[in-house]
Amino acid sequence: MLPAPALETRGLTVRFGGHVAVNDVSCRFTSGTLTAIVGPNGAGKTTYFNLISGQLRASAGQVLVEGADVTNLAPSARAKRGLGRAFQLTNLFPHLTALENVRLAVQSRAEAGWSFLSIWNSRRDLIEKAEAVLERVRLEDQRNVPPSALSHGDQRKLEVALLIAMEPKVFMFDEPTAGMSVDEMPTVLELIHDIKQRGDATVLLVEHKMDVVRSLADRIVVLHNGTLVADGEPATVIASPVVQEAYLGLEASDG
Amino acid sequence: MTRISNSAKFDETRRQGPAIWLLSSDTPRSLLLSLILIGIVACLFAAPFVFSGSQPLSTAAKICVFVLLVASYDLLLGYTGIVSFAHTMFFGIGGYGIAIALERLGASWESVAIGLVSALALSAVLAAIIGLLSLRVRAIFFSMITLAVASAAAVLASQLSTITGGEDGLSFQLPAELRPAFRPLADPILGVTINGRILAYYLIFVVTVVIFLILLRIVNSPFGRVLQAIRENEFRAEALGYRVVAYRTAASVISALAATVAGALMALWLRYNGPDTTLSFSIMIDILLMVVIGGMGTLYGAIIGATLFVLAQSYLQILMGLGSTALAGIPLLPDLIHPDRWLLWLGALFIVSVYAFPGGIVGHLRRNRSP
Repeated sequence: MLPAPALETRGLTVRFGGHVAVNDVSCRFTSGTLTAIVGPNGAGKTTYFNLISGQLRASAGQVLVEGADVTNLAPSARAKRGLGRAFQLTNLFPHLTALENVRLAVQSRAEAGWSFLSIWNSRRDLIEKAEAVLERVRLEDQRNVPPSALSHGDQRKLEVALLIAMEPKVFMFDEPTAGMSVDEMPTVLELIHDIKQRGDATVLLVEHKMDVVRSLADRIVVLHNGTLVADGEPATVIASPVVQEAYLGLEASDG
Repeated sequence: MTRISNSAKFDETRRQGPAIWLLSSDTPRSLLLSLILIGIVACLFAAPFVFSGSQPLSTAAKICVFVLLVASYDLLLGYTGIVSFAHTMFFGIGGYGIAIALERLGASWESVAIGLVSALALSAVLAAIIGLLSLRVRAIFFSMITLAVASAAAVLASQLSTITGGEDGLSFQLPAELRPAFRPLADPILGVTINGRILAYYLIFVVTVVIFLILLRIVNSPFGRVLQAIRENEFRAEALGYRVVAYRTAASVISALAATVAGALMALWLRYNGPDTTLSFSIMIDILLMVVIGGMGTLYGAIIGATLFVLAQSYLQILMGLGSTALAGIPLLPDLIHPDRWLLWLGALFIVSVYAFPGGIVGHLRRNRSP
């Protein structure tokens, strides 16, 4: 028998009243693979992410991490199992510094959150790790700046930094380059590329920009109206008629 | 922007030394604030020797108790963002624990220990239950639930008169060492004869200092930062792997335990506990005012807020009485500052201070710190 995939969804479904936002999506994500999830606006990509990381409860279906059912676990428990999530709308701690933001992620990974009596400012081990992550996203000069005073692009980088600092097994990026200027994008894309190169990470990437998807993805999954409509090699999927019609047609009219 | 990049080179972890360790590397960070705090602590430390008479010593003891009570409330309100109205309930549990134990079991240190430990246990259990049951719901509902629980506790205390003494409360004897007649030393120190009353004062002072420093450590620990993260963005804290409900409940329990100790100290000082001294809702409002005046989310604010408020409560009336007699003969003015209007002026002071210092006094002083 094959080893269990890093992440799997089985018949994952969520309904809001009569509207089915994600409809019976079954998909396996194996480690070492970067899967791009594409689809037009409102296709259910972010909702699918919310179901996987636990911000939303599924109406039906299951989420499995390395074969273990996590469908009934809270987001924090799923994070502990190795599901890491970066958010589409920047979602940080606005009045703590950039370094403190990253340190909270480092500390969660290090299980140090319940340490009552050590001084936060003297935990060198945690600080050094957080500094290393800030350097990776090239925010080391902004370490004492709170997110509320960072540029939009830097906020996005910090969002990615928190995800990296969690050292998850599954990295979930939700439009990491949204709203970024052209010269800010390479840093973030390189980071994602780095994560992929390091081997056993499972990466899920929701992205609109087709050139980004083409250059990074090993596999493309297409969602349309909450249903999985195509899944496969990037070249094959992009060429398929269903994608041309459902997604690329729309992108062309958008652009 | 240059100021920010300069401070980026400043490494907080390099600051070391016993004082920094004691303050958990969370120093006042403002010269004026440091001087005020040192002044207050020095006055409280020297109170039995500097001020004569029992009234000033009672005021000093009350300040100590309220510093502890307000600091423990700030852990909830300022650091974790939990609005609870049940804080006086824990204050009351501490007071009744001591009062009931000393009245029933006799005036011994064993009774004090039994009363305190049972009160702490009851507070911890209640805080954990309230936390686990209701911290999942929206903040406003949580506040409503705590309000209901606190009212129930107040009603219970006044109804169970066989145990709690009802509305009359309980008066009791202290262990011999804390009674005014106790004289540990034959000779006076600095012209003051040390008696049990002064020992009781120092017991309160030392316990307050120790627990305050522990609270300061807790808010500056990795755990404390998680609490702040929850206050800032609960959703994100959960996504990072922190169980928000568990952390909030833990903060509630710690805060309740500190408030219980404060209640026990209050009862020990007054040799009495009743609904009005520890359980009443007006004390809850006082605590809120002290937190806001001092500065939410800064434990040092508790020291300043409690000191100002208790001083105003104790001396504003006297001050106004003096002013009122001095201005006798002038129309309207003596009436305006008649001692009976002291609450009006306290209210006015509060409104002015909130407008002038939105971050509280500590927030204001830290903002204006020299570069």
